[in-house]
Amino acid sequence: MSLKGIDQILKKFEYRESAIIAILQEVQEKQNYLPEKDLEYISEKLPIPLTRIYRIASFYNAFSLKPRGKHIISVCLGTACHVRGAPMVLDRLKLELGIDIGEMTEDGLFSLETVNCLGACAMGPIVVFGKEYHGQMTPARVESAIKKYKKTSKE
Amino acid sequence: MKKISSLQELDKARQEILDRIDPEKPVVTITSGTSARAYGSEKVIDTLRKELKKQGLTGKIDIRITGGQGFDEREPLVMVSPQDILYQQVKPADIADIVSETLIGNKVVDRLLYKDAETGETVLHKMDIPFYKAQSPYIFGNNSKIDPTSLDDYIAIGGYSALAKVLRENSPEEVVEMIKKSGLRGRGGGGFPTGRKWESCRNAPGKKHYVICNADEGDPGAYMDRGLLEGNPHSVLEGMMIGAYAIGSDEGYVYVRYEYPLASENVERAIEQLRTYGLLGKNILGTHFNFDITVSRGGGAFICGESTALMASLEGKAGEPRAKHIHTVESGLWDQPTDLNNVETWANVPLIINKGVDWYTSIGTEGSKGTKIFSLVGKVKNTGLVEVPMGITIREVVENIGGGISGNGKLKAVQTGGPSGGAIPTSLIDMPIDYDRLTEVGSMMGSGGMIVMDDKTCMVDIAKYFMNFLKDESCGKCTTCREGTRRMYEVLNAITEGKGKEGDIELLEDLSWIVAEGSLCALGQTAPNPVLSTIKYFRDEYEAHIKEKRCPAGVCKALITYSIDEAKCTGCGVCKTVCPADAITGKKKELHTIDPDTCIRCGACLAACNFDAVKVV
Ligand SMILES: Cc1cc2nc3c(=O)[nH]c(=O)nc-3n(C[C@H](O)[C@H](O)[C@H](O)COP(=O)(O)O)c2cc1C
Ligand code: FES
Repeated sequence: MSLKGIDQILKKFEYRESAIIAILQEVQEKQNYLPEKDLEYISEKLPIPLTRIYRIASFYNAFSLKPRGKHIISVCLGTACHVRGAPMVLDRLKLELGIDIGEMTEDGLFSLETVNCLGACAMGPIVVFGKEYHGQMTPARVESAIKKYKKTSKE
Repeated sequence: MKKISSLQELDKARQEILDRIDPEKPVVTITSGTSARAYGSEKVIDTLRKELKKQGLTGKIDIRITGGQGFDEREPLVMVSPQDILYQQVKPADIADIVSETLIGNKVVDRLLYKDAETGETVLHKMDIPFYKAQSPYIFGNNSKIDPTSLDDYIAIGGYSALAKVLRENSPEEVVEMIKKSGLRGRGGGGFPTGRKWESCRNAPGKKHYVICNADEGDPGAYMDRGLLEGNPHSVLEGMMIGAYAIGSDEGYVYVRYEYPLASENVERAIEQLRTYGLLGKNILGTHFNFDITVSRGGGAFICGESTALMASLEGKAGEPRAKHIHTVESGLWDQPTDLNNVETWANVPLIINKGVDWYTSIGTEGSKGTKIFSLVGKVKNTGLVEVPMGITIREVVENIGGGISGNGKLKAVQTGGPSGGAIPTSLIDMPIDYDRLTEVGSMMGSGGMIVMDDKTCMVDIAKYFMNFLKDESCGKCTTCREGTRRMYEVLNAITEGKGKEGDIELLEDLSWIVAEGSLCALGQTAPNPVLSTIKYFRDEYEAHIKEKRCPAGVCKALITYSIDEAKCTGCGVCKTVCPADAITGKKKELHTIDPDTCIRCGACLAACNFDAVKVV
């Protein structure tokens, strides 16, 4: 992210140390993850020790220190989705994508993540592709959904 | 927008809003909370707008977009008034018919009505549907009456009259007394008496007092708080304002779960509206009451729902709980007296003030007053959010409201209390829902998750599921919790993989004791509950896994095999095409077979077979 962009965010939160979580959230929103150099810059400007920023960034699940794919695939592993077969859907996604939870495919297209209850339990098991919700997922439907995304992102 | 700067002006503003409403004018109400959106409600709304324009009806018919109304199984819901018709599972393609048949022709579109699965009869009105009939929707029911983005809508249904009432008639001490007498207990899990908490906070000395709304909603499989914040944010904010007045606080926070963008958006907008109207800020409604609220988004950590961890997170730190020998009501956020309550707890406050303590205490049981919102999910026909009076039995909720088990399974257990709770077996489901009774049987009220499980749910797998969740979410501060939950997970995992040993159940019980006794916060203290309750009520399932290397529910991969039923297979070949492991062979129109050594037990064929021919044993 541009240093100017970070400056704007810092200014919005009045360089308040207590707003560090919100600051990191905004920085991440712009680029899907938190690059090292951005964290160094924030640490210098606030100023708070870099170790403290890393502690926050690694404590909260919402933050990623690694780049994430163009499409983030989140599998709901909430209890309701679990009892309706979410683990089988997840296994199939891992198989199809050839990656584990928290990883990105080599072509940078997909990242696989899990989430606990999206509040759409009636449609469980749920997989979210980017912002699109796919309900009543089955292992077989995983394959066709991924094919569709691969196709649209090439176009 | 005009400021409302006195109690009289609020009454006047309400009257003006009501005067503007034409009771004869048709209104089409469409649900569009997170779950309705997942079903495509936004496209339905878009289509409706276009269709009305096409028919020259723009302006002649009002559209009201609401949050969720509970019946998530049938989203999106479309209601037409004044006829009071409910259409369910509406698709964009249905809109033309609704407009031409119902809005223009005053006729009913039969195919969109709710149909009783047993009698086949259609139901016209929302409140006649069994799902709604048995509920007492005093709090959640208002979602259907308002557009959550409109403060006017909330004022029209009597919003902020409870705040006005206490500012006009009651001293802060009297408000505390009322909440104490109402018997309201915290809806966030612990069930602590709210009035007592307010009183301690009010009496604690400090430079400043804070009030916080806990909207972190971490129970995986529960979304009551999201439903309220998305659908009626002002009811929660009004509760907070009354609480702040009673406690003597001028600053509040709403801590919203990271995964709830729409809820954050709706509360933030609601707060902005209140500031514009002058209902937040200095000298609210011309009194000496000053108060403002800030929204803070969580970072996706379950532990931040715990009170001390939440406060640490608000201060910009890692969310680790601290010991509570000094209570947060005395020293909480920035070491000042702080009152923290759950979303639903706050939403109960205006109701108590408006309807009175006597009315409120007439609902519920001796020790549990009022209603509770549950998220009724899992293997149940009618999934959704339901609001029921305390004291109703679990069976009534699952069977009358939930419509029983989905598919052809049999009810096995109902899990309440999320990762801190336990599974309640069928033999106990005639028990009334009440804080103390649920604790007695080894579960707890929790925040309101109610997960229905059938005979295809493996209870050892469920215990493993919760332990996996807890080991991931343990903040790591206490060794017993960090290491203990991990060890318990490993033992459970081994059992589900067929590597269980004699003595594992006793080992789990030993570890449970250590984790519960040695941990600082309730995450660790209650972590063993899902394991202990499943051992208590479903010990035979554990034993089948350990001794016979068998998973009776057919869930644990290492212990099951897939095969095809000769009598049912039609040779259609669908299973073969979906199998990712090429484990299925067979010619078209002939019996197919699965090679157990190649099969990865992914379940694809099971889900794909239209003839129920795939067997799991
Ligand atoms: C691990 C853990 C997670 C919790 N998560 C939540 C939560 O998501 N929402 C909530 O309201 N309370 C949660 N609580 C309970 C809070 O600590 C606190 O008791 C509650 O918010 C107080 O509000 P109430 O008295 O209105 O229930 C959690 C507690 C623990 C130990
Ligand atoms: S458990 Fe998956 S959406 Fe609720």
